[in-house]
Amino acid sequence: MSEMDDATGAAASPPRPSGDPPPATARSRRRGGTHPLARFLIRRILTAVLLAWGITLVTFVLTNLVPGDPVAANLGQRALGDPAIVAQWRAEHGLDKPLWQQYGLYLQGLVQGDLGTSQQSHRPVSEDLAEFVPATLELAGAAIVVSLILGVAFGVVAALRRDRFADHALRVLSLIGISVPTFWLALVAFYVFFYRLQITPGSGRVDPALGGAPPVTGLQTIDALLAGRWDIFVSAAGHLVTPALVLALYTIGLLTRFTRSAVLEVLGQDYVRAARAKGLPGRVILFRYVLRSALVPIITVAGLAFGSLLSGTVLVEAIFAWPGIGQYAYKSATTLDLPAVMGVGLVVGVVYLVINLIVDVLYGVIDPRVRSQ
Amino acid sequence: MRRDRKGLLGRLPEAWRQPLAVVGIVVAAAWLVIAVAAPVLAPYDPLAQELPRLAAPGPGHWFGTDQLGRDVLSRVLYGARVSIPLTLLLVVMSVLVGGLLGACAGYFGRWVGESIMRLADLVFAFPTVILAMVVAAALGASLTNAVLAVLVVAWPSYARVTRGLVLGVREREFVLSGRLLGFSAWRSLRVDVLPNVTGPVLVLATLDIGTALLLLSGLSFLGLGAKPPSPEWGAMVAGGVEVFDSWWVATFPGLAILTVVLAFNFLGDTLRDALDPRTARAIKERAL
Repeated sequence: MSEMDDATGAAASPPRPSGDPPPATARSRRRGGTHPLARFLIRRILTAVLLAWGITLVTFVLTNLVPGDPVAANLGQRALGDPAIVAQWRAEHGLDKPLWQQYGLYLQGLVQGDLGTSQQSHRPVSEDLAEFVPATLELAGAAIVVSLILGVAFGVVAALRRDRFADHALRVLSLIGISVPTFWLALVAFYVFFYRLQITPGSGRVDPALGGAPPVTGLQTIDALLAGRWDIFVSAAGHLVTPALVLALYTIGLLTRFTRSAVLEVLGQDYVRAARAKGLPGRVILFRYVLRSALVPIITVAGLAFGSLLSGTVLVEAIFAWPGIGQYAYKSATTLDLPAVMGVGLVVGVVYLVINLIVDVLYGVIDPRVRSQ
Repeated sequence: MRRDRKGLLGRLPEAWRQPLAVVGIVVAAAWLVIAVAAPVLAPYDPLAQELPRLAAPGPGHWFGTDQLGRDVLSRVLYGARVSIPLTLLLVVMSVLVGGLLGACAGYFGRWVGESIMRLADLVFAFPTVILAMVVAAALGASLTNAVLAVLVVAWPSYARVTRGLVLGVREREFVLSGRLLGFSAWRSLRVDVLPNVTGPVLVLATLDIGTALLLLSGLSFLGLGAKPPSPEWGAMVAGGVEVFDSWWVATFPGLAILTVVLAFNFLGDTLRDALDPRTARAIKERAL
């Protein structure tokens, strides 16, 4: 749901292309004193910390209040029959303590950077996450870049060709894009391009024969470039194409629809008409006048869409055997591995908050009215 | 609010004449008919494992058979009875829960509103599929629990939209005069505020049917929804992953999901255009 609603919500509230600067900036503009950007950042970071804490609380409550029992999910049938083993397992994972104490211990560890130990992998959750997060970031990052390029381009074309054939065709295509079940599309793409046509590499992140580049950033493509290994880069990029496109399709559809309406709205403004009247070339009007102003709501939606991309990875990673956080999240959720689930929630939540923080800062770069104070 | 109830109804007939809306209505109606008439339409029992296994599509079984010798066409048709009613129920529940909470948040403001909206923010900050997955896994894998899980992630968008709309109407003269006449908060909400909020919420709900079905079948695909023998489309796609070679096992249930979601998105998109004052004019011009 979130995906569609994000767009609807963003459309229903400021900022609009021609409208006011984001509310937080408006607020800081009224006050004097500290640099407004610093003030704004501090406010946002505090909110982010509060939200992150909220995420741990929600996950904790959810996974504890409901009937699921992590003991049953983790121990085998025979071990379950032996109360001593069950008790020992509970004590080992701190499950014998009262709930508030469990949560307190978790928070205490959290502020020291300790996310607890996964009940499944028996490793610190932070280690697990460090292994899986980069793969997902690479996938989602590639997907959002593709979505932005194609979505904005399609949206601009649709707006400029309003009510002509291209507009109608793009409308239908983008609606198809937001209607395709991702997990099914992943399967179809895998079957057609890998199994039948054999034009894309199979599952995983890189050809196993090549090994993989020495990890620096954890992003295979970047690491390969850093190591100067062109062969690994080609293989990693090849592995990335299909899952990233599958993942991006929804966001492409969303951004096309959204860019179209944002551009249409700007096209109707007086200053665009004035620019046309004074004979500026169409290219200048499009890039300097229209796109620049339409970009503010577009990146807002893109920021929100990144969150849905991150959760969409759960479904795509399963098909492409992509060793990312989605698969980890799935495994932890089905085994009720509480520390791991909370870790995933925290990381994805924080990434989401950081992205939207960047989006807010970008407003200032794009829109001089936001920057002026 | 942007317009009164009359304007909303007056605008609808034009929207229904849009080609996309017509396609949407026809396809959605067709699926509803299929859901009702599945026992008549389906050539085989969707659960009976009596046919040759993994037979390719052809005369006799147009969608082929799966690895247990069940007719895929019959299962897809019966799947409409599983997925569509549940999705509609889910959206109605989200509208009720989210709408009520949002209306309270907008109407009462202050700490009631603040706490409801912060809770909504929290759900928004959490990645949808992962949250739904945790709830579904924690409640235990079943279709009912998957619906509950989707409800948990679905209500906040209605709360947000409703709250925004209610905030917009709350201070309008006709609401205030109602309060002056001694309307209770509940009566004022019901009589004066609600009619002004329904339009946009209905559009959101129509668009949401598609998203809800995607999420619900996604959970079933992950094994957190429908239990195996049930002909649920997401679960059928998951079954098709195991027999990768036989493309028909996964392809047809996926197409079923796609067509249902697409139909409602066609419908919702046209409705949004019709109700959006900025694009409504364009439709009117075209209709004349």
